[in-house]
Amino acid sequence: MTTNLDLYRCMYLIRQFEERALAEFSTGKLFGTTHAYIGQEADAAALFAALGPDDVIFSNHRCHGHFLAYGGDPYRLAAELMGRATGLVGGRGGSQHIHWRNFYSNGIQGGIVPVATGIGLAEKAKASGAISVVFLGDGTLGEGALYESINIASLWQIPVLYVVENNRYAQTTPTELAVAGSMADRFKAFGIETWEAASSDVLTLLPVAREAVDHARSGGPAACILHTYRFSAHSKGDDPRDPAEIAKIRVEHDPLTIHAPRIDSVARASVEAEIDALIDDAFTRAANDPFPTLNVE
Amino acid sequence: MTTVLESLNSALHTALETDPRVYVLGEDILDPYGGAFKITRGLSTRFPERVLTTPISEAAIMGICNGMALRGLRPVAEVMFGDFVTLMADQLINHAAKFRWMYNDQVRVPLVLRLPMGGRRGYGPTHSQSLEKHLLGAPGLKAVAPNSLGSPADLLLAAIADDDPVLFVEHKLLYTRPLLEEKDLLDWKVSDSGGAYPTFTLRTSNIEASHLTIATYGYNFELAREAARELMYEYEIFSEIVLFSQLSPFELNPLFDSLRRTGRLLTLEEGAATLGWGAEVAARTAEQGPSEVRIRRLGARDLPIANAKSLEDAILPSVQDIIQTARILLEK
Ligand SMILES: Cc1ncc(C[n+]2csc(CCOP(=O)(O)OP(=O)(O)O)c2C)c(N)n1
Ligand SMILES: [Mg+2]
Repeated sequence: MTTNLDLYRCMYLIRQFEERALAEFSTGKLFGTTHAYIGQEADAAALFAALGPDDVIFSNHRCHGHFLAYGGDPYRLAAELMGRATGLVGGRGGSQHIHWRNFYSNGIQGGIVPVATGIGLAEKAKASGAISVVFLGDGTLGEGALYESINIASLWQIPVLYVVENNRYAQTTPTELAVAGSMADRFKAFGIETWEAASSDVLTLLPVAREAVDHARSGGPAACILHTYRFSAHSKGDDPRDPAEIAKIRVEHDPLTIHAPRIDSVARASVEAEIDALIDDAFTRAANDPFPTLNVE
Repeated sequence: MTTVLESLNSALHTALETDPRVYVLGEDILDPYGGAFKITRGLSTRFPERVLTTPISEAAIMGICNGMALRGLRPVAEVMFGDFVTLMADQLINHAAKFRWMYNDQVRVPLVLRLPMGGRRGYGPTHSQSLEKHLLGAPGLKAVAPNSLGSPADLLLAAIADDDPVLFVEHKLLYTRPLLEEKDLLDWKVSDSGGAYPTFTLRTSNIEASHLTIATYGYNFELAREAARELMYEYEIFSEIVLFSQLSPFELNPLFDSLRRTGRLLTLEEGAATLGWGAEVAARTAEQGPSEVRIRRLGARDLPIANAKSLEDAILPSVQDIIQTARILLEK
């Protein structure tokens, strides 16, 4: 059974990891780019609390939070971001192209959706009991491959859960400029059972996640539309939003401040100290790891 | 000092200003952001009706441009990263490239697709590629690439004025580069084939007989110049550089002229070398060029482009790789 403290631990871990990753850009230890999950932690905490150990996850460019909630090692992820040989994929993929156990991510919007649908079909064929889960942002609703996939998933009753994290922006584009009509109706139109929640409270999201996961596990596709907020820039510094708007959502919708009061303060302090040490160790150790070399010929 | 970015941006301003048929479409191109690489900066403020930010829908963007072009407009699309052109491939190959010939030359498809390609920024396997080679062989598509020597603005304006679909292949590292001035080219005698998409030939000043010709385009011209300098000062190997603005269809006469002088060809591109631009240049040189040209191709290794710098550097062609390949070409 997932406890309140477990949920807090998960969200705090994600927050600390992402804050540290962003900070490491200024030290030059990270290069390329990164997409922080800060503000959306409750989505991952709730969904992964509802998922089973054999379920297969396909994540997108904003994958660190999903990976850590999946149980991934922050040290191996930090090493990947720093392009080290000890990284999750030996430095080949970087921030948005990772793989560990049943967790995959790729940086092409929409392209992962048919893949995840095929994964669901494979699990069904194997009668493994596992479901496939794929994460997409509001902006990725623009990609046609999504609609081809959900049509087939519904026709063939594939056990796949489509999770839309609507953080109200795609890079700099607000949903009003990119998403016509209703997000939920897009899935419903294909006969897909759809859940929707607008909350940064992990305890509000948890029952929604459980119902959607249970439905997918019972055999058919499901969709889960989670309306949330992204607090940090899209990637490193590209944030044309009004700072006052961001400050306001940070006060009103921070999943950590919403959940923290439910936990005994002594227990919380000890979990925070434990995770602070874990993150520091992850980044410090990774920074001392060797760079990969190319083995060809 | 003007950068390639400023030059391209000014061309888009000019095109929108002077031709009401021109539209600019792409993801996140509105001000104040002005596009992922800022090439569209300022456009939406001045021309809000003709600068259209789109959903993340590459196939539809390209298809909509096809329709607009077929009916007399002159759309200029930006794909955020050139890597995503794969999502547009059907619209490019089966629609844009076909219409004119398939409809018996009764129609035109005057569109431009701008493609920010290239690596060396640590963006990893899906945001660092130079995928143009996959489209160069599609009959009906033209491909051009700006560089720091010619005017990127003129090249883009020529592409917009072209009645056929043009892929405009930009390298991300070129954006911040200044356009070359006379003082940057003191080692070189430069000639130009003329035309809308000129080929430039650079010959070492005061040297009649150079030893090899480096054929390249876009950002790799920067590497070629650096390598040529080192080859000259360290090894007394003198190079000519033939710099293409037009990648496809192939127009190779300036290259053949150079090869008549040097007899040795090194092709240089950032895409994976196998079945690449250089392969076609080499094949045509063997078929149609001066006889007995020694040839080496240089491009990326046949691997995806890694995120880690140590791997990315080993995968993409470097100045040292050019020097080494040039020296191999000169071995007896
Ligand atoms: C096919 C494709 N097009 C464009 C991009 C560039 N890109 C990366 S993230 C992004 C915005 C995605 O927005 P959304 O789906 O809402 O996810 P969020 O970033 O908000 O989590 C864009 C346009 C891409 N990676 N892949
Ligand atoms: Mg979004």
